[in-house]
Amino acid sequence: MQMFFVLSRLAWRYLWRNHRRTIVMLSAIAVGTWAMIFMTALTRGMVDQMIVDGISVIPGHVQIHDPEYLDDPSVNNRVAFSDTELATRFGDAGFTAWAARVRVPAVVTSERESRGITLLGIDPAAEKSFSFVDYDNVDGRFLEGPNDKGIVLGAKLADTLETRVGKRVVLMSQDPDNEIADRGFRVVGLFHAEMETTEESYAFVGKHTAQNMLRIGDTVSEVVFLGEDYRDVEPVYSKVVGLVDDSVRVSRWTEVDTYLGTMMGMMDGFMLIWVIVIFLALSFGLVNTLVMAVFERIREIGLMLALGMKPSSILGQILIESMMLLAVGLAIGDLLAWATIKPLESGIDISVVAKGMEMFGAASVLYPNLDIDDVILSNVVVMILGFLASLSPAWRASRYEPVEAITKV
Amino acid sequence: MNIVLRLAWRNLWRHARRTWLTIGAMVFSNTLLVFMISLQFGMYGLMIDNTLQVFSGHMQIQAPGYKDDQKMRQVVPNVRPLAAHLRQELDSDLVTARGWAFGLASSEERSYGIGIYGVEPEFEAKVSNIPGLIAQGRYLGKDDASEIVIGEMLARNLRIGVGDELTLLGSGVDGSFAAAVVNVVGIFNSGVREIDRNIAEMPLGTFQDVFYMNGAGHQVVILAPDLDQADALQLRVEAMLPGDDGLVVHGWDALQPGLRQAIQADMSSAFFMYGILVILVAFSVLNTQLMSVLERTHEFGIVMALGLKPGRLGRLVMLETAMMGFIGLLLGAICGALFTTWFTVNGFSYPGMEEMVANFNLPGRVYPRATLLTSFAGPLVVFLFTLAAATYPALRLHRLHPVEAMRTN
Repeated sequence: MQMFFVLSRLAWRYLWRNHRRTIVMLSAIAVGTWAMIFMTALTRGMVDQMIVDGISVIPGHVQIHDPEYLDDPSVNNRVAFSDTELATRFGDAGFTAWAARVRVPAVVTSERESRGITLLGIDPAAEKSFSFVDYDNVDGRFLEGPNDKGIVLGAKLADTLETRVGKRVVLMSQDPDNEIADRGFRVVGLFHAEMETTEESYAFVGKHTAQNMLRIGDTVSEVVFLGEDYRDVEPVYSKVVGLVDDSVRVSRWTEVDTYLGTMMGMMDGFMLIWVIVIFLALSFGLVNTLVMAVFERIREIGLMLALGMKPSSILGQILIESMMLLAVGLAIGDLLAWATIKPLESGIDISVVAKGMEMFGAASVLYPNLDIDDVILSNVVVMILGFLASLSPAWRASRYEPVEAITKV
Repeated sequence: MNIVLRLAWRNLWRHARRTWLTIGAMVFSNTLLVFMISLQFGMYGLMIDNTLQVFSGHMQIQAPGYKDDQKMRQVVPNVRPLAAHLRQELDSDLVTARGWAFGLASSEERSYGIGIYGVEPEFEAKVSNIPGLIAQGRYLGKDDASEIVIGEMLARNLRIGVGDELTLLGSGVDGSFAAAVVNVVGIFNSGVREIDRNIAEMPLGTFQDVFYMNGAGHQVVILAPDLDQADALQLRVEAMLPGDDGLVVHGWDALQPGLRQAIQADMSSAFFMYGILVILVAFSVLNTQLMSVLERTHEFGIVMALGLKPGRLGRLVMLETAMMGFIGLLLGAICGALFTTWFTVNGFSYPGMEEMVANFNLPGRVYPRATLLTSFAGPLVVFLFTLAAATYPALRLHRLHPVEAMRTN
């Protein structure tokens, strides 16, 4: 242990003997670390936002459908649980939140225009936790109950249809016998969403009103459940699977929206690759610095060996030197990253490319997310790889023949 | 060989290991840059072509406001003569007229809201790739036939095949009720979910009858022979328009604003990463050259005492750097081109890529293209930064005092 302190002190002093070289190397490591963390925080922030927004459009971390529904979202593919059955199955099972809804394609027509939408028949009280739209940011009012006779449209859709709160629109869809099911609704509210496509694609009516219109009794298209955290839906998933039989299909959100599911996995892969690429670019400089540091003190190393220092101590000393260099560089880089990300956390406005971000499924404000796990991961990866890269120069230094080394000019 | 060149070359190999490590950093970054840039521009090209060739074309003539609202009554009057006129004036077949309406499509079993294009079958095939993507049956034939082609997913959801009847319900241009029964003659498969699920095409003549268009349509689509000529062509088309009916010409980036912005967003994040790589290499070079200057202080002192000007020594250091940088440039470009070429033949893909890029109309496997530009742009920038990094050690020589320098060892 005492040896370790002596070696550390030696290493630290050697590091500052050629301070210019050390400073250049430290700057390189700090810039590299900053870039790793900064970029990761931006991407992490974007993907998190995408997933949060995306999940809010397919709300429910775990969902139950008819096995055919995801491929063919028709009114014929329903979950045949009645209201009482739903309540007995899921009511007391202790879910954070759950809701049953009707979700079918429909056509909405004003006196001017018609558009295809996804009709959602919901029970507003049960949906409250599913944050599909901000209930408080609705022009007019949101639905008041499952029997509400009104319809809530997206603001953009209302614009296209040239309708507004208080006017009437006609909804058309089909019933299970493929008879046209239609009904007039008064527009009671207009909702706002982050993305235009969301505002264009969905319309809300009361659940019972929808069931009556579609003549489907009290069956629904899907039952959805909320977990604690979208990253870990397994507890809810297995709980739901335990409560239903084979007649329905239970899906995690990653299976309902494969794009988002893949995005989340990709994000972690991307981040690791990015960290490794930066490290590799750094490693050439790191190894070079060590090679130089060893080269210019071959005679000293020889002397130390001749005086009886063990080769393993030489090895250790050079490794410690390299680790110190990395640790200081990483610390500076981490601080730099923290200092640049903190002021940006209120959001970076990238609305100049809003339409483009919409293609990615992302919103136009970027909230960098400095995830402590990412920071730890990148630091640990750099330390481990740095250790491995330093092994070869350190090993060579410890293998010098003392006499040869001393006489070397 | 010139004496200065020979001197520089020899100095470079005094520390062969150090030089190779520095060159290694360059080659690593260059290889990565060549590959990434080739891949990136390959993807952008595909993205633009694939997206534009589905429906947008390189430009469209529309009524003002139609681009944003897509309302039925925002028509291009006498659309067919206008398209014919343009074909004649431009001496090009790549012009076609279209109408677009929204309607409810009902089969025996199912009903879905879809977008219906009215197209000129003869010319549509030259402008859009949908006619070439017919998977079953055939494309549209006569201009007034009661025919329709639909996407594969729509066919599956409607549970119909070639030869079946489809009922269309919608509203005409004047808001009146429009209905028709048409025959499904073909099913296309574009591979893009949104299109295969939501789009149908019927002959423009029939379309105009069904939706009471009175000879009008909604867009004239024009394709330039290639993207580079699109801007010039747009100017010609604008000059040809009869000014009195207030029609406008929209270029491809106005029609698909997301496309250019997605590319911009992707480019800026990519360039951030490239920038970091280049900076890290520059640090590596700075370190090496600083070391090589510092360790020669004694020697430089002597030659300066003998009358050599610091400027010439500085040039020597720059020449050494340039030689090293040039080796890095050459090896990097070659490695990068080879690496990229391997993927040019075998294609590049990673798990989950298919879901990721489907949003941008891209296939799951991309073939990067290594051109002269993509092979040398990155390495050249690295080369320039290498030289820039060496200016500090080179300029330091001006502060060197011969007598003091000779005393250092």
